[in-house]
Amino acid sequence: MSILDGKKVIVIGDRDGIPGPAISLCAESAGAEVIFSATECFV
Amino acid sequence: MKNSVMMGAGYILVHTPDLVVHYGTTQTSERIVNPGSEYLKQIKTSLRTYDRVRSYYPNQTYIGNITPFDLAKIDGPWQNLTCPVDDRYGPFGEIMPQDEFYLLIQAVDEFELVFLEKGFVETTKTKLAGDPIISSYILSRIRDGIESERVNNMVESGEAEGLYMDDRLVGAVKKAHAFDPNLSAHVMVENLVSKASSTLALLYAVRNAGIDRREVEYTIDCSEEACGDMNQRGGGNFAKATAEIAELSRSTGCDIRGFCAAPSHAVIVAAGLVKAGIFKTVAVTAGGSTAKLGMNGKDHVKKGLPILEDVLGGFAVIISANDGINPEINTDSIGWHAVGTGSAPQNVISSLATDPLDKLGLKVTDIDYYSPEMQNPDITKPAGAGDVPAANLKMIGALAVKRGDIDRRELPAFVAKHGLPGFAPTQGHIPSGVPVMGHAREGMLRGEINRVMIIGKGSLFLGRMTNLFDGVSFIMEPNSGAEEAPAVSSEEIRRIIARSLRDFASGLLKAGENDE
Amino acid sequence: MDLENQKRVKDLTEEYGAENVVVLLGASEGEASGLAAETVTNGDPTYAGPLAGVSLGLVVYHVCEEEVKAEFDPDVYEEQVSMMEMVLDVDEIAGEMQAIREQYTQY
Repeated sequence: MSILDGKKVIVIGDRDGIPGPAISLCAESAGAEVIFSATECFV
Repeated sequence: MKNSVMMGAGYILVHTPDLVVHYGTTQTSERIVNPGSEYLKQIKTSLRTYDRVRSYYPNQTYIGNITPFDLAKIDGPWQNLTCPVDDRYGPFGEIMPQDEFYLLIQAVDEFELVFLEKGFVETTKTKLAGDPIISSYILSRIRDGIESERVNNMVESGEAEGLYMDDRLVGAVKKAHAFDPNLSAHVMVENLVSKASSTLALLYAVRNAGIDRREVEYTIDCSEEACGDMNQRGGGNFAKATAEIAELSRSTGCDIRGFCAAPSHAVIVAAGLVKAGIFKTVAVTAGGSTAKLGMNGKDHVKKGLPILEDVLGGFAVIISANDGINPEINTDSIGWHAVGTGSAPQNVISSLATDPLDKLGLKVTDIDYYSPEMQNPDITKPAGAGDVPAANLKMIGALAVKRGDIDRRELPAFVAKHGLPGFAPTQGHIPSGVPVMGHAREGMLRGEINRVMIIGKGSLFLGRMTNLFDGVSFIMEPNSGAEEAPAVSSEEIRRIIARSLRDFASGLLKAGENDE
Repeated sequence: MDLENQKRVKDLTEEYGAENVVVLLGASEGEASGLAAETVTNGDPTYAGPLAGVSLGLVVYHVCEEEVKAEFDPDVYEEQVSMMEMVLDVDEIAGEMQAIREQYTQY
């Protein structure tokens, strides 16, 4: 069963890891709808 | 046109344990959300002493007594080690204790907002006077103290925020307006702290550059604070306010903001202004941030560590016209993250690191050292943010693998060879690329370093105006020393062309005569 | 996790239903991934934010984990994320994520 297809996705990216917008593009490519995307910064 | 050069730098730290407790946002938030929390109970016993802060390897590296090249040979975490050098002063600046800094805060206050207790001023003023960088002008600005009862009343009435020494109230910073939130006592503390620490760094930069104060014509502040009132919240101008206290009487200036990327933006702007001949000498300066003190303190305390974010940072550099000696800021190839670059790490690193190299026909391995964000890993690792400079180097190395500049197996060696350990406090803009500039300049003057890339990155999305990230980079190189060919005027060019045409015509005539 | 982000996760989960929501993370190392994953499943372990004591039990993955990677358009992943596989300790991150999912994910 698909994890992402048709799901509502919340993205919590990391500035020093993978930023939110990059993850959002991946999620959308898997058929998910991104309902929120943020990037966190620890420094 | 010859590149601008970096004449010198100032790097300062201020040990501020009481500001951690009272002004760091992690602590102020915790008091609102979990007033009875274990963390709040443990803070006091988790703070380091001034002596301990001085004998901490990264701090001694920041002020220049240890080089990052030597620090790289000492395995961290460094918080359990004792640095053999524990001097207050270093070639780049100093580690100032909190009590003296409170006097400096008053010295930079132009609006009679800072009040200090009488006995505290008397005992501390002599100490501050012993600091060779502190001018008689600054000392003359410190006012006699007031009775402790008056200080107490100001804080208790809510018109002022307190300044404490080991929990003892020794001063107060009053709000600058009855109800304007941008001039509240809390904001005034943040801004005066930024201005005071910036002033200290600027004084060192001017001294270390060996220039006269009157030579500085433009000052750029690149901190992360905003000053203004309710009609212009970020109106500015920290730069000119700081230049005034540092007695740079011929300087104007302005503030450049861009989160942690601001210092790199500011150095590029400064280098451009000088190279274009608009101003001969420009100072770039930034003070520290009280909000970020103890930012990751909860993680540190949870892991049995002291609160390591207990110092404010400040830095300043002097950029001037090419003197044939000092290292150059190579503005022929600047790296920048554009609006359309996107957020994919490979695009980000390409825009900042490899695009500017491609423009110069250089390989990734042609840069001796990359200085991305130089956050001290002692601070970030326990907080789950990893080793930031090492991660950045890995990203540059990974891109080099993708481009075929190096083999994947060479990646760890690349990181070790071209990276430097993080040694700057997590003060936002302070660790972002620029801490290495002072050490790079010295290394280049000694003939040991050829090229260093300074990379500043900024989290613009934190301001909730855009989801974009930002970054800029520039390359520092030893002075090329080569004399520029004297400029040829258009009049001269016309004469040269006319002469060639005449020669050509007479040549044709001669050829024709010979043919006949 | 950032307090405002916790609030958004909480509100959006209420709006769309926990069974329909998937969280994707991009943290730079294992421990941070685990903490963020724990926050959206068992509740904020630091007891600082709106998810303190709130067990949403959401499905949560790190963007570099094989299970979700298999569902992305490979070209998009290649362009947006792949380089970071050389930078991050993907095995360590996946280990942390799996442990949290086994313990707390309810969907």
